[in-house]
Amino acid sequence: MDSNLKREIILDNYENPMHRGLVEDNSYLSTNYNSESCIDNLTLMMKVEAGIIKDIVFDGEACAISTSATSIFIRNLIGKSTKDAKKLILNYKNMLEEKEYDKNLLNELVVYEDISKQPNRMNCALLPSSCISKMLEQLNK
Amino acid sequence: MNRDDFPMLDSDISFFDNGATTLKPKCVIDSIVEYYSKHTSNIHRGDYDASVITNKLYDETRDVVCNFINANSPKEIVFTSGTTESINMVVFGYMKKHLKKGDEILLSKSEHASNVLPWIKLSEEIGTVIKYIPLNEEYELTVDNLLKTISSKTKVISIAHVTNVIGDVRDIEEIGKICKDKDILFNVDGAQSVPHMKVDFKKSNIDFLSFSAHKMLGPTGVGVLVGKYNLLEDMDPIKFGGGMNQFFEEDNSYELKNAPVKFEAGTPNIAGVIGMKKAIEYLESIGMDKIHNYEMDLKKYMVEELEKIPNLVLYNKNSNSGILAFNIKDVFSQDSSIYLNHYNIYVRAGNHCTKMLKDEINIRNTVRVSMYLYNDKNDVDKLIKVLKQSKDIFKVII
Repeated sequence: MDSNLKREIILDNYENPMHRGLVEDNSYLSTNYNSESCIDNLTLMMKVEAGIIKDIVFDGEACAISTSATSIFIRNLIGKSTKDAKKLILNYKNMLEEKEYDKNLLNELVVYEDISKQPNRMNCALLPSSCISKMLEQLNK
Repeated sequence: MNRDDFPMLDSDISFFDNGATTLKPKCVIDSIVEYYSKHTSNIHRGDYDASVITNKLYDETRDVVCNFINANSPKEIVFTSGTTESINMVVFGYMKKHLKKGDEILLSKSEHASNVLPWIKLSEEIGTVIKYIPLNEEYELTVDNLLKTISSKTKVISIAHVTNVIGDVRDIEEIGKICKDKDILFNVDGAQSVPHMKVDFKKSNIDFLSFSAHKMLGPTGVGVLVGKYNLLEDMDPIKFGGGMNQFFEEDNSYELKNAPVKFEAGTPNIAGVIGMKKAIEYLESIGMDKIHNYEMDLKKYMVEELEKIPNLVLYNKNSNSGILAFNIKDVFSQDSSIYLNHYNIYVRAGNHCTKMLKDEINIRNTVRVSMYLYNDKNDVDKLIKVLKQSKDIFKVII
């Protein structure tokens, strides 16, 4: 993908992120990411019914990469089964770690394919997938 | 000034993260390399030549530190791993032993985590009460506000001399007098002040003073706790082991050595202490007043130039230290620091470990520029130039 187009997609999702704003609904799982090394402070909430991700929302303060990645992730996960979500997350991680991955599964998330060249941004790009993985693990408990 | 002394500056960087840590002059690096390559040996027992050299350097460091901060005696100088450990030693070695439920400790919301969390933990353990001295409209601590917060239950005032985000310089001489008059213990976090200005332990009537070597051109992992000797005698170690005991027996009897040695269990950071000695000698060869004035002149120039840039918000332009917190409007601070890194300008973004300051300034994260003696007008000009072009920030960082 052309680098200008990548930038445009990232910026668009940063400036106008989708699914921003938390909900007051006990049927959602919730997780917060707030660490010292990385200063982003995001909360994600996810609703799963019968193994299908029905909704994800988020809010908080974070950098351009983590905010945009959260927005894009959410869009690509809603409607998927938890099994497919895990597969997508694994492929995304493999892409960031420069391992083999299936590009077709990732859609717009391929805009982060060069992030590995900026090690100081890896955590930002991994933030939404870590949060969602954490919530998916909660489901198994 | 003295840029040639700092090997890191051989590369084209502008290092503005001195509140976090500082660059090391070659003489400090050499002193450490020399210890490891020419006279590696442990302290306390010195029958061979290398150990004599090491012992001498280690012991002399207490004298050097004592003179540097004007303590009463080298016996008041305890080597620690840094400010955090020093403050923890004060809280859990002294305060825990002498304070009781309901006793009040005054802090401010701009304190670093290391001067808040130990006190929170102490409250949890023995029921002491933390009161926060309100900050003024410039987020600074004033003597007036401090006086209003003192009550008959106030037993300790524990504050930074210079805070690490706002950079306000607290009037520790005046506060020291108040503490003396009212019989309050005065614990000073000197991490951001001792490296940059003359700090006088005696004159300011400080009871405990903590600082770290790595923020003052020295190595990481070493720092100092200075305590009035009668208080150190009454303070328990929080670490026990070799080097600090007189004897111990099967019937559980034991006796510890006197302060400061009783606080230095185990093999200390010998290379660190030797490096710290060199760092202090280096700073003294320039002069602390000269360093402070130099930083103030540079900050004045920087603020004047930054104020001309419309899309910047400055939070503490009037504080009397080389620390400046700002944000580029509508840009997350980490994006700003990553942008500056593209031009080899090293700053820090975040909450800078002062997580409660957000209650005061309504901003959780800032970009922090913190300067030191090796920063110069070229560094500032580079920063200004890059910030002026920051409308293109996302083209650069994405």
